[in-house]
Amino acid sequence: MGGDIRMSRFAHIKGRAHPLWIAYILHRISGLALALFLPLHFWVLAMAMTDPSKLDAFLGMTESVVVKVAEFGLVFLLAVHMFGGLRLMAMEWLPWSPPQKTLAATAAAASFLIATLFFLKAV
Amino acid sequence: MSSDVIQVAIQRGSSEASHNEMFEVPAFDSQTVLDVVSWVQQNTDPTLSYRFACRVGMCGSCAMMVNGVPRWTCRTHISKVLVDNKVEIAPLRNLPVIKDLVVDMDPFFDKWVEAEGVHHGTLTRDDPIAPIDDTTAKRVEANAGIECINCSVCYAACDTVTANSEYLGPAALQRAWTLLNDAKDEGRTAILDAVSGKGGCHNCHSMGSCTTYCPNELDPMSAIAGLKRETAKRFFGRGG
Repeated sequence: MGGDIRMSRFAHIKGRAHPLWIAYILHRISGLALALFLPLHFWVLAMAMTDPSKLDAFLGMTESVVVKVAEFGLVFLLAVHMFGGLRLMAMEWLPWSPPQKTLAATAAAASFLIATLFFLKAV
Repeated sequence: MSSDVIQVAIQRGSSEASHNEMFEVPAFDSQTVLDVVSWVQQNTDPTLSYRFACRVGMCGSCAMMVNGVPRWTCRTHISKVLVDNKVEIAPLRNLPVIKDLVVDMDPFFDKWVEAEGVHHGTLTRDDPIAPIDDTTAKRVEANAGIECINCSVCYAACDTVTANSEYLGPAALQRAWTLLNDAKDEGRTAILDAVSGKGGCHNCHSMGSCTTYCPNELDPMSAIAGLKRETAKRFFGRGG
């Protein structure tokens, strides 16, 4: 009958993807993206010492929508990476049962939400 | 095309050269993936090579990649995996292919021994049998992993194994964790040495594919996390 009909590499990866694997990939990609961002971040901060007028011009750009969207992306990456790391540490270092971990994560998320709401009201 | 006929793509050849071949297989009630492969071998192409033995999910011989996912084929109904009445069957990932659907399991079993997945006994036949209390925390940990059938589904599912050929893999590390918690095993130092080396437990990225795809619903990922904790404790001078 012949014919070489093969699933693509992407289809294979998609077939094997599951929530824990996606969490791993998100953690890895957010980490790489932040690693790329940090040198740029330090370079801009260094302008405060080397060329303050250039820094002011750069900070003026933060008013534009594009930069605001980029800042949203940055904070999102930081949040994904931070919670990804906390998740990993809890999973590997706490010999708790899965329901105990779910309860702990729910409690931490609820506390974080309440504290953030309080903080937003304060500022 | 009638839905009474299933379109099956089966990978043929070896690691050096492989290609997919299409087969048409009649559909039956309660048909498993292994039934489909057997039908092809018995009715269409007797040169098709594959492995099976017990057909009831005990021996761990018949694992294959089904639509890119590692599965025990004797306990997987074809109706659950068909996409548009089609299925793609290939040999297990991360192992050398000997021919068609048959892989060389040697690397998998060699790593089992490398991880000290062997009995470290100190008693002789003249000693009394050590009493085992099923309720202790350590025995609960040991019991959690003893139903492994060595099918290599977790080994085929693991992307860390793909990326690092020295990595011992989920099954071998889970066996090490089981023995570490077994009151009858005296190999603590040997096991912790074996699993903290270059290919050891700290390579694991906790992607969890082993736990997701284990056909016996075991949890190698948590077992490996246990090894990470014990080796770290030893490193920091606690719990030798």
